[in-house]
Amino acid sequence: MDKLLELINQNSEFTTAQLAAMLGESEESITNKIKNYKEKGVIKGYKALIDWDKVPDSGVKAIIELKVTPKPETGFDDIAKIVMSYDNVENVYLAASSRYDLVATVKGETIQEIAEFVSKRLSTLDAVIGTATNFVLTQYKEGGVVFYDEDDEDEQRSLIL
Amino acid sequence: MDYSKFLNEKVQGIKPSGIRKFFDIANEMDHVISLSIGEPDFTTPWHVRQEGIESLRRGHTWYSPNRGFMELRSQISNYFARRFNVEYNPETEIVVTVGGSEALDLCLRTLIDTGDEVLIPQPSFVCYEPMTVMAGGKPVIIETKAENEFRLTAEEVEKHITPKTKLLILPFPNNPTGAVMRRTHLEEIAKVVEKHNILVLSDEIYAELTYGKERHVSFADIKGMKERTIVVNGFSKSYAMTGWRLGYALGPEEIISQMLKLHQYAIMSAPTTAQYAAIEALKHGDSDIERMRSEYDIRRRLIVDELCRMGLTCFEPEGAFYVFPSIQISGMTSEEFCEKLIFAQHVAIVPGTAFGECGEGFARVSYSYSLKHIKEALERIERFVNEQK
Repeated sequence: MDKLLELINQNSEFTTAQLAAMLGESEESITNKIKNYKEKGVIKGYKALIDWDKVPDSGVKAIIELKVTPKPETGFDDIAKIVMSYDNVENVYLAASSRYDLVATVKGETIQEIAEFVSKRLSTLDAVIGTATNFVLTQYKEGGVVFYDEDDEDEQRSLIL
Repeated sequence: MDYSKFLNEKVQGIKPSGIRKFFDIANEMDHVISLSIGEPDFTTPWHVRQEGIESLRRGHTWYSPNRGFMELRSQISNYFARRFNVEYNPETEIVVTVGGSEALDLCLRTLIDTGDEVLIPQPSFVCYEPMTVMAGGKPVIIETKAENEFRLTAEEVEKHITPKTKLLILPFPNNPTGAVMRRTHLEEIAKVVEKHNILVLSDEIYAELTYGKERHVSFADIKGMKERTIVVNGFSKSYAMTGWRLGYALGPEEIISQMLKLHQYAIMSAPTTAQYAAIEALKHGDSDIERMRSEYDIRRRLIVDELCRMGLTCFEPEGAFYVFPSIQISGMTSEEFCEKLIFAQHVAIVPGTAFGECGEGFARVSYSYSLKHIKEALERIERFVNEQK
């Protein structure tokens, strides 16, 4: 895998100069590669990683499992498209599992709101055979970043000499 | 009660490590970002930890043989031949120790008689001087220079040799400068060593952490030098195993067997659990070394580039996980610079003088930290440098 992608996946705030230094390439080459990745749709965008647990009234999150009957031609794609068309749906995955087929994460103001969304919008879809809603209580890690334990990383290392 | 008449004079004469001071200041403050620690930030690879756990589960909790388990010594022998091209007999030429530090101490106490001179290049790790003093030897400091990229030159060695010189300590890849010695440099040193009939204690604990095109060359791999060299290495830096406390010495049977006596009486044997884990590391850990090395390399490039850009120029270090930038642009001494930096921006780095007087004008910056951490620390250092202008 391209080290450049690994680095900006870790932290999108590196400057082009910093990335160039780290990878031993010219700034121009980094700029071109990033441009290329954007054009090809590899890099879809940059956004902030927010620890919503620290934001008052930031609502709740749930992981919804959906058991689905696939369509003969399009398989799971059609139903996935419908699920992802809702703004409060953050992620949609097709899973290799015997219990369910699609997994979606959903944001809402309250537990009731999400419960209502599942029962009224998702369960009622023709292809959906069953749903299971898992409410998120604590977000420990997101996008490779640990949210839960914010102790200084070297706190456990002692300077001995 | 006055204890001074009870305490050993040599011990009382030893200065505490200069790295500590800034760490103590840092400990008193909130939100300090430290680039001062000299151990890997990685945890020991999981498969290695697992072998340690497994050995405990099976109840392997007894002493090991004094020299260390035979299987471990065989693996060390294989490893050293595989990675550094030098063969050691696991039966007679290897002793497993409590970290590389014990091996250094054993070696000095085994070789040095009262008044013998020991050549110590500086800046370097803080323990060589006090250990030499405690062994009854006289430390003779050789100052390496920034214009030589902190390499030791044969002329400098020769200049410091007297009839009393017995041993040269060779601390490369170097803590704190990151300097490495290439084969040609070692060959030059070897000529002087041969000519003046002295021995070499080669501290190669950072052997696996080199970043240039050329890999580390062991001094024992230089023609004629194996019989004159005690190599010290260990698991701490290469496999991120500092807390396991495991190192080793390799050398001529006649020397190792004498070191073994001291080890036997003072230590008995290295930690058993650590030895089981280390066998696994040597058998299946080459890819872990590579993974960590390439991660350090990225950090190293970032930190060198950024420091140079802010005017804290440094030559490109090719080994260990330290950069040794010049802070002379600030007009301050190393101590002042580091002290002001920690109070103004809460960033802890170590003044170069902690590693010898010739470290004046420099500071040691460790990059055994995550990129996120390094990036933040660099931003603070830059703010500090700009405020001083």
